[in-house]
Amino acid sequence: MAKRVRILIAKPGLDGHDRGAKFIARGLRDAGYEVIYTGIRQTPESIVATAIQEDVGFIGLSLLSGAHNELFPRIVELLRRENAEDIVVFGGGIIPDEDIPQLKSAGLRAIFTPGATLKQIIEFIESCQHDRNLS
Amino acid sequence: MARAITLIESGGSEGEALIDLLYPHFGPARIIGVTGPPGAGKSTLVDGLLTELRRRGERVGVLAVDPSSPFSGGALLGDRLRMARHAADSGVFIRSMATRGHWGGLTLVTTEAAGVLQAAGFTTVIIETVGVGQSEVEIMSAADVVLVVLVPGAGDDIQALKAGIMEIGDIYVVNKSDLPGAAELAAVLRFALRGEGNPALDESEHPDSGHADSGDPNTLPGPVHAPQIRLASALNGSGLAELMVTLEQTEARLQASGELDRRRRRRSATELERIAQAAVRGWLVDRGIVPVDPDQLLREFERDNRGPHRFIRERLEEAIRNGNRLSGGASK
Ligand SMILES: Nc1nc2c(ncn2[C@@H]2O[C@H](COP(=O)(O)OP(=O)(O)OP(=O)(O)O)[C@@H](O)[C@H]2O)c(=O)[nH]1
Ligand SMILES: [Mg+2]
Repeated sequence: MAKRVRILIAKPGLDGHDRGAKFIARGLRDAGYEVIYTGIRQTPESIVATAIQEDVGFIGLSLLSGAHNELFPRIVELLRRENAEDIVVFGGGIIPDEDIPQLKSAGLRAIFTPGATLKQIIEFIESCQHDRNLS
Repeated sequence: MARAITLIESGGSEGEALIDLLYPHFGPARIIGVTGPPGAGKSTLVDGLLTELRRRGERVGVLAVDPSSPFSGGALLGDRLRMARHAADSGVFIRSMATRGHWGGLTLVTTEAAGVLQAAGFTTVIIETVGVGQSEVEIMSAADVVLVVLVPGAGDDIQALKAGIMEIGDIYVVNKSDLPGAAELAAVLRFALRGEGNPALDESEHPDSGHADSGDPNTLPGPVHAPQIRLASALNGSGLAELMVTLEQTEARLQASGELDRRRRRRSATELERIAQAAVRGWLVDRGIVPVDPDQLLREFERDNRGPHRFIRERLEEAIRNGNRLSGGASK
């Protein structure tokens, strides 16, 4: 039997707007993924602990508060410390273009800004899955 | 451990080998089942129980089951949303599981996943079923003790009385007791489950009105033990400490009467039966008697166009004639 793809959708930081995160979570479920949603205002530590317990292949981070430059890399770093760097981390939210290169070099595999479609996110996940199955 | 559960969920021979390896360590942890209709507050209640159990020094594993979509196969697993404050506690392990087409309120491998948690040193395992009204009976064989969570509200009491849900609980939690109607629902439950009072006349509206342990349990209605009824508000925490006391008393009583032991043995028997069925099916698939794809079997059946029993029997007989005997060591 094929291994199911499990995705954690997490909201670090202090903003309480999770409509976007829930929209993505539902969209990914409808695309056939098992999606775990953490709820708002999660610390990087609890997001990483959750990802490990749930044995997810992906973490999607949603943030509108502007603290992405600090929180996103912190989560990648904590994963590394737990030897869980095989989990693919992507981010979304209101993120200025000039911040993206820096986030990518910190280990985020993709950044989706407000214009991105669900289809683009699914294509990203599928291409990562493809690479994974090859290795 | 998280990987181990994934392996078991995937259902391959690796997972099976792992189970056999860990099996000697499956063990004495208590398993608490939490069931009830959608939105009754099961996850919120588990969150509250986690706090109580942690206070008692227990290490707690939670298996939270939510339904897979029958259309996409995907799932939105939202139970742990309500338990977020325990996410960073290393004494708590929460795992969300999707039903993946399994019907009955749990996943196919819930019992085995609970075993893995026990082998990893968790002293209590809590299983939250999907909230689907009437098909949660499976929790009865998966747990040592079953909590049924109900809420006051229009039509709920009548619905509850009809459903099989009234036969599976050891403790009935009337949750959301901060909302109106809780005492009435509790009275209806007391009448229906314990034969106490007439709900129309009952005036005992207090959670601890002395009904709990009145009389000899053997003279009360119900399969073995009369269920307990407790009011709680999982949201604000009221009634949870009392609920924990009731839970511990109930467990003690189940143990003393030998019922706990009977339940655990029944669980093992159910598991063996399930494994046997899966093995037989695997055997049939391996030999091409039954195709992996059920639609293909259907197409062949339609071509055959005779009775279904005869169709299957002849396939089996043909396979046996061809030397695939089910006897002796050949079935290994
Ligand atoms: N007023 C009130 N609301 C509650 C209480 N307990 C839970 N809720 C609310 O009820 C809603 C559903 O709670 P959950 O804990 O997710 O319910 P559930 O039974 O786990 O739901 P499913 O897993 O989806 O079947 C949430 O909005 C909770 O905040 C309570 O004691 N009082
Ligand atoms: Mg729930």
